[in-house]
Amino acid sequence: MEITVKTAQELRLTADEFELIKQKLGRTPNFTELCTFSAMWSEHCSYKNSIKWLKTLPRSGGRMLVAAGEENAGLMDMGNGWGVVFKIESHNHPSTIEPFQGAATGVGGIQRDIFTMGARPIASLNSLRFGNLKDKKTQRLLSGVVKGIGHYGNCFGVPTVGGEVYFEECYHTNPLVNAMSVGIMKADKMVSATAKGKGNPVIYVGSATGKDGIGGASFASANITEESTEELPAVQVGDPFQEKKLLEACLEVIETGAVVGMQDMGAAGIICSTAEMSAKGEVGMRIDLDKVPTRQKNMKAWELLLSESQERMLMVVEKGREQEVIDVFEKWDLSCSTIGEVTDDGLLKFYMNENLEATIPAYELVLGGGAPQYTREYAEPKYFEKINEFKIDDVKDIHSNNELKLVAEKLIQLPNIASKRWVYTQYDSMVGAANTSTNAPSDAAVVLAKGTGKALAITTDCNSKYVFANPYVGGMIAVAEAARNIVCSGGEPIGVTNCLNFGNPYNPEVYYQFVKAVTGMGDACKKFNTPVTGGNVSFYNQNPEGPVYPTPTIGMVGVLDNIENKMTLDFKKEGDIILLLGKQQNDIASSEYLHKILNIEYSPAPHFDINEEFQLQQFVSNIIKEKLIESAHDISEGGLLITLLEKGFNKNLGFNVISNEVRNLSDIRNDAFWFGEAQSRIVITVKEGRMKEIEDKCKASNISITKLGTVTSNAIIIDENNWGSIIDWKEKYDTAIEKILN
Amino acid sequence: MKFGVVVFPGSNCDRDMQDALQHDLNKEVIMLWHKNKSLEGLSTNDCIVLPGGFSYGDYLRCGAIARFSPMMQSVIEFANKGGKVLGVCNGFQILCESGLLPGVLLQNAHQQFVCKNIFIKNEVTGALKIPVAHGDGRYFANDNLLNELQKNNQIIFNYCDENGNINTASNPNGAARNIAGIRNKTGNVFGMMPHPERATSKTLNNIDGIKVFEYLGLN
Repeated sequence: MEITVKTAQELRLTADEFELIKQKLGRTPNFTELCTFSAMWSEHCSYKNSIKWLKTLPRSGGRMLVAAGEENAGLMDMGNGWGVVFKIESHNHPSTIEPFQGAATGVGGIQRDIFTMGARPIASLNSLRFGNLKDKKTQRLLSGVVKGIGHYGNCFGVPTVGGEVYFEECYHTNPLVNAMSVGIMKADKMVSATAKGKGNPVIYVGSATGKDGIGGASFASANITEESTEELPAVQVGDPFQEKKLLEACLEVIETGAVVGMQDMGAAGIICSTAEMSAKGEVGMRIDLDKVPTRQKNMKAWELLLSESQERMLMVVEKGREQEVIDVFEKWDLSCSTIGEVTDDGLLKFYMNENLEATIPAYELVLGGGAPQYTREYAEPKYFEKINEFKIDDVKDIHSNNELKLVAEKLIQLPNIASKRWVYTQYDSMVGAANTSTNAPSDAAVVLAKGTGKALAITTDCNSKYVFANPYVGGMIAVAEAARNIVCSGGEPIGVTNCLNFGNPYNPEVYYQFVKAVTGMGDACKKFNTPVTGGNVSFYNQNPEGPVYPTPTIGMVGVLDNIENKMTLDFKKEGDIILLLGKQQNDIASSEYLHKILNIEYSPAPHFDINEEFQLQQFVSNIIKEKLIESAHDISEGGLLITLLEKGFNKNLGFNVISNEVRNLSDIRNDAFWFGEAQSRIVITVKEGRMKEIEDKCKASNISITKLGTVTSNAIIIDENNWGSIIDWKEKYDTAIEKILN
Repeated sequence: MKFGVVVFPGSNCDRDMQDALQHDLNKEVIMLWHKNKSLEGLSTNDCIVLPGGFSYGDYLRCGAIARFSPMMQSVIEFANKGGKVLGVCNGFQILCESGLLPGVLLQNAHQQFVCKNIFIKNEVTGALKIPVAHGDGRYFANDNLLNELQKNNQIIFNYCDENGNINTASNPNGAARNIAGIRNKTGNVFGMMPHPERATSKTLNNIDGIKVFEYLGLN
């Protein structure tokens, strides 16, 4: 077979990239070699269109124990010799084609990234985006994705403790499925994804290799169009039972001390793991592909190299200690084969029945090595004109109490705001017996890190509508909200993993969103001292109608040195005083109210000032430590009124608020007061006797404070109008999504 | 009383059970590997627990393969000699599959996995808040058997609401007669879908699970 530029293009490489490959090899590659470049230089593996900007993120410092992107996941210091390992990753494209398996294998893949380092996963989260929930296609996708996540996570045995689900028209064709996992380990026991030591055996562990998922990595780097539904075999099939055994066996095998390096086989399977491990250790490998266990007969070399069959690991083991490793895998009934050895020439040589099929310098395949890095053009999006035209004065304010109530009833039942219990009750959220949020909810999930004496506060956040309205500010808000959720739970935010979901990077307007959002995130991460430990980029979330909202999902981890420091979000007792911390703003921009009730899609990002935010978080963190408050819950989608209702639901307590006495009438509109989504506002409750102390502290720290009212036994009273019992509101909140789905 | 906790390759509540028994109930616990047959260290005065999880993947009927494991042969013998056996969730499914308990566990009526706090009761304990987490937890048996279970006092827990009312709304999976757990005729083998081991710690704000162990005489 003659290899030409046309072959390269069919494999989704550009003409320039083909030239570059020829230059690097000093010859024309054969088909197998070209396939390996196609996979490794795909957007998914090489980050070729994003790495330039990712490097601007704060990627070191703080509690980081490995540099960003160096290992399969981030590792940060929890104290007492313990480390927390975490990462978020997308599985958008597979989930679009086959929601159940796409989502399931997304969960499986992220778990492997955690335990391949030697950590035991203790918590999973996910961040999901779909189109309009009333649409049948969305319902099918939602149902499949949720079942898939549950199927894999429930069997694997790691609790799904948190996450988010949003519904916006722009995700109709391109839903987003981002999965995060968090694990803990002794910090000095980390296993690196590095191959070392000439002559050390390369061992393949886990499921046999089949033709499923071939080309998945480059597949994830293409626009989804109608034709791509024909690419069905590119979605892998997951086996959580196999992965559960792989987890236990890998952790046990690490204990033997015989493991030199280990990496899971995810995107681009054998080629990616051999290339990355070799390049990192500055070694080569000789691999006999005929020794790879297969599910199908007569698989070609390129198929073996590119297959994305799940639940497989590659490890390099100290020569002579193979048997110790084999014994552990036999105990767990996992197949394990020596498929090659480490060499010292930096070359990957792949053989089939002693025939040399491919010779490639490992370095040339990988990110940071020979993989290309592009500087893309960007241009301010046209739609910004529409956003800039927005004036709050063009929108009629709400004037009657009755109208206010009607809006509140609609808001509480919007899919973006209503309870997601239909989703999360399908996930095992309690296995591990460490999820403290089940019975005492906080803004972030608070999970005991058993054995360490500490707990972790974990959250995923991104309001993509804000990012759409202003990528820079929206990117900052995503980080700020995550940190706020952790602070409101009593944790200290320590680090971030991100999943950057965008449209086609070759579109300058999309790339503008990417550049600005990453810059905003980076600036916020610096401010909050939460470096970015890694994550992933998913481009091409786009279809002929356009890109999705720019969605840089933030996964953030915080530490509670003592579970006694935990703060919960809910009202505790009738008579407690309800206080708003943070400035009132005359702002309804990008609110659910404006977008979903008034149908105004184009408006700026809500009010946000990073210094104000930081100061507020510091303040709240301190008053939680000083045990001065009873609850803390930040204001987010739906605004103040929704925050108050959410505070009431857990214990069926109501609230009495007289807005006319506390709202700054000349400056703050009714709709902005109740439904605005201006950032940097937290609603707390305190015992009556603590009022003065809190007020004094606010004054001393220059924090705005508004006394909103009091907690009631169950009635909701707004400006002296009784809106009924919290129980009836909770019923509406709990059942809204179920009513649409049934 | 000592406890043996069986570990199948797909068990994922084995450590939770071990933690609850050791730390919250101060019990001695021995972990029992599924490939072994030895019950060394345990006598019929002790209790063997089959924990939750997915034993061998449960791609076939839940628990259908686990019953053939070497350890289960020993557990069956142990039960037949009068030793106490508790199966939780997947453990309950395995007990039904292996014939130590009557009836079967079918896929939940709403065909979805369900994980949440629910309430269970009997005449002694009153309503207890205990989590469930299962896809196949709908207890089913024919009317004759159900009547017999009732007559012999073999139903150890029924699903109820927080005030102790046994009704359809409080049944998380469509189980016959709201049955959450049963025991065998001789009263030494217990199976239940809810997870008492997830509710034995003050840090998790729920210790109703301790009352389950107490009621079953496993304390």
